[in-house]
Amino acid sequence: MKTLRFGFVVGPLLGALWLPVLSTTVAVAASFITGDAYRPLMLYSVFWGAVLGGAAVRFDFSTPVLIAVITFLAAVNFSGIGPMHTTEEFSLPALLASILLAAAVVISQRRMVAGLEWGKLTRHEFEAAVIRFLLGAGYIIFTAIVLIPFYVMVMTSLKSQQALLANPLDFSLELSKGMDLFRSYTELFLDFGFGGYLWTSAFVSVLTVVITLLFSIPGAYAVARLRFRGRAAFSRSILMIYMVPMIVLALPIYIAFSITGLRNSIFGILLIYPVTTIPVALYMLQGYFRGLPSEVEEAGLMDGLSRLAVIVKITLPLSLPALASVSLYVFMIAWNEFLLAFMLLDDPSKFTLTRGISSLNSSEIPRQHLMAGAVIATVPIMAIFLGLERFMTKGLTAGSVKG
Amino acid sequence: MNVPQPPTGRGALARREARLAWGMLLPTIAAVALVVILPLLAIFWISVKPVGLVDLRPPSVLVRESLRLRDDTARLDYRINNSSQEEVIEGAGFTHELPASVRITGEIPQPCQLSGRILNCEFGNIPGGFRERFRIDVEIDGDAETAAAAVKATEPVTRGEVDYILTNLTFTLENFTRIFDASEFLSVLWATTFYTVFGTIGALVAGLFAAMLLDSDFRGKGILRGLYLFPYVAPVIAVAFTWVTLFDPFSGSANALLLQMGVVSESINFFGDRPQALIMVTVFEIWRYFPLSFLFILARMQSIDSDMYEAADMDGASPFQKFWYLSLPQLLGILSVLFLLRFIWTFNKFDDIFLLTGGNAGTRTLTVNVYEQAFAVSNIGAGAAVAVVIFFCLLLFSWFFFRFMSREEGF
Repeated sequence: MKTLRFGFVVGPLLGALWLPVLSTTVAVAASFITGDAYRPLMLYSVFWGAVLGGAAVRFDFSTPVLIAVITFLAAVNFSGIGPMHTTEEFSLPALLASILLAAAVVISQRRMVAGLEWGKLTRHEFEAAVIRFLLGAGYIIFTAIVLIPFYVMVMTSLKSQQALLANPLDFSLELSKGMDLFRSYTELFLDFGFGGYLWTSAFVSVLTVVITLLFSIPGAYAVARLRFRGRAAFSRSILMIYMVPMIVLALPIYIAFSITGLRNSIFGILLIYPVTTIPVALYMLQGYFRGLPSEVEEAGLMDGLSRLAVIVKITLPLSLPALASVSLYVFMIAWNEFLLAFMLLDDPSKFTLTRGISSLNSSEIPRQHLMAGAVIATVPIMAIFLGLERFMTKGLTAGSVKG
Repeated sequence: MNVPQPPTGRGALARREARLAWGMLLPTIAAVALVVILPLLAIFWISVKPVGLVDLRPPSVLVRESLRLRDDTARLDYRINNSSQEEVIEGAGFTHELPASVRITGEIPQPCQLSGRILNCEFGNIPGGFRERFRIDVEIDGDAETAAAAVKATEPVTRGEVDYILTNLTFTLENFTRIFDASEFLSVLWATTFYTVFGTIGALVAGLFAAMLLDSDFRGKGILRGLYLFPYVAPVIAVAFTWVTLFDPFSGSANALLLQMGVVSESINFFGDRPQALIMVTVFEIWRYFPLSFLFILARMQSIDSDMYEAADMDGASPFQKFWYLSLPQLLGILSVLFLLRFIWTFNKFDDIFLLTGGNAGTRTLTVNVYEQAFAVSNIGAGAAVAVVIFFCLLLFSWFFFRFMSREEGF
């Protein structure tokens, strides 16, 4: 490691690693947006990265020089020996992509090696530069891997099957199609009954939340506040219970429902869903109840309230944020639930959204319908998530003992 | 002198409190017992039963009756059969209460007797695939249509004893010998181990990295944090199908991108071929669940006392030293708890693999095998046997977990 700690080594080295990351990112982004053949040229990227990295350490460029370097790099890109291969002919997107890449590289590299000397470096300076590189690469990579699938999901739902097969990379919107762009959505709602599925899913999820809360609030309160024999064993067995995999339970439930004729009924689904979420909710709530000061409740008891009145008038109002978190988390589980819906529902008139989407997964139905279904299922839960992120994040942290 | 002694034992108040507690827990216990404990017991029972998907409905006597009108004569038409092709039904028969508008005039066939309005038929023991049909001449009062409707409205009451496979005392160990069948079981075990171990470690490492990205303060941090939770919040079916679309060998963008960049020379069937299918489902698992570990680790990171870092700065520790000697030991507790929990949950995962590959191309884990045996091969017994194996693995894991948890206070 010590041999690396020189500005003239670290600068070019980080540059040689950094430019390939950036050129790949820009090339992928440009390909996904335009559908044209952009690709990073690795060897040239390494070379130019090293040169620029070295220069950034050696010289402290002024703004006009920086602009000149950016222009130069963007121009090099069109000569075929630049860091990225663009379209054969000159085009506006290619020009923009080249300028973007050049500017991103020059500016970010300057910041990455800020404060580095050309000669010997201290351990601090060296590690700080490496960390800046790792963080930069991390932001780009994580954002890309999270965003790309969702981008593909939305864009595929707006494309026709033929266009997708012709060029899988072309996600540009054919705006000339106008409202026809949303054809797969209108077809899902009009011909495939997705309006009904949406309604069923919402209905089932909300009722699941309500039933779960009705069961878990008293249970959680008892575990958190009241003393009784077997309390520790009980809270432990709650944890145990939600470690039992759903598929193990789904099999006997399927058998029992087949025999009793509860399959294909929303009622049957509503019997099962809450029970899968009660243990999580109970676990989350008892943790929160335990954190509430018991003095407030004792004061209420002294003033002559019954236990029930204490819970309703004191504990619950104090734990509204926790109730919101738990409700959202349970809603998310119920909304996203797939396995039970898949096994227990066969009748299209009773499908939940997830079950409806799985029925779209056939070779006869075009891909864009499947992706449009995925978008329809994702958008509501995302909207709720983004709107109430504070509660949702809390709920996830508290309840995510469950996977 | 009498020294006041503290009361021993449980007083009336304590007992009342305990009663109240159990009362409040009762609904939960009842519901959980019904939907979790009972099915678990059922799984053990079914796993030693030779039962297939078709045996689920107990064989029964099916009787269809109708009123046929031809020319001037009306006839009651009965069709009786055994719903099973194999099982014998003992003492099969039915009774049918005729509506008032229908009167039997013709000869009553051999196995039946008429007493008042009630027709009682007795067939004795009927073999599997048994079919019988007979007609009785009747006279109807009033409108033929209404009489036919009245006949339709009445239901014959059937009876018969069957040897129902789920409740009789025939046991077999064949299910277990079948699922432990050497080569297949080994491949299932390998897929499970690979998926669980690498999925867990991968999600933890990715989560740790993501948490470090967001540990500093900068503009847009909230947005980025929300964004990084997307994979976990979105419905699994939506993201799984998106991955399938993205990595499709013919119309997938990933293949097109790789081809165009010259990384590969022909498109790869990511989810269809060994060994990459197993790797891909593991990558999907990491992608989908790193947000969880990230959330936990970030919360722990932000609760670490900053004094320590200031002291380290004074002592001249470098950033990597601070991470290695300060942050990591502080995070070790949460990391190991997360590891155990994620390990159990990855082991339990079914939906993801089922949606991505359906358990093909060497991705059949134990949980997928339950479904595969029970529904694809239609052998419920074998599926239950796999479930029993899963249950015992889980018992082992949770034993580890609780032993560990009692040491790791405060979780």
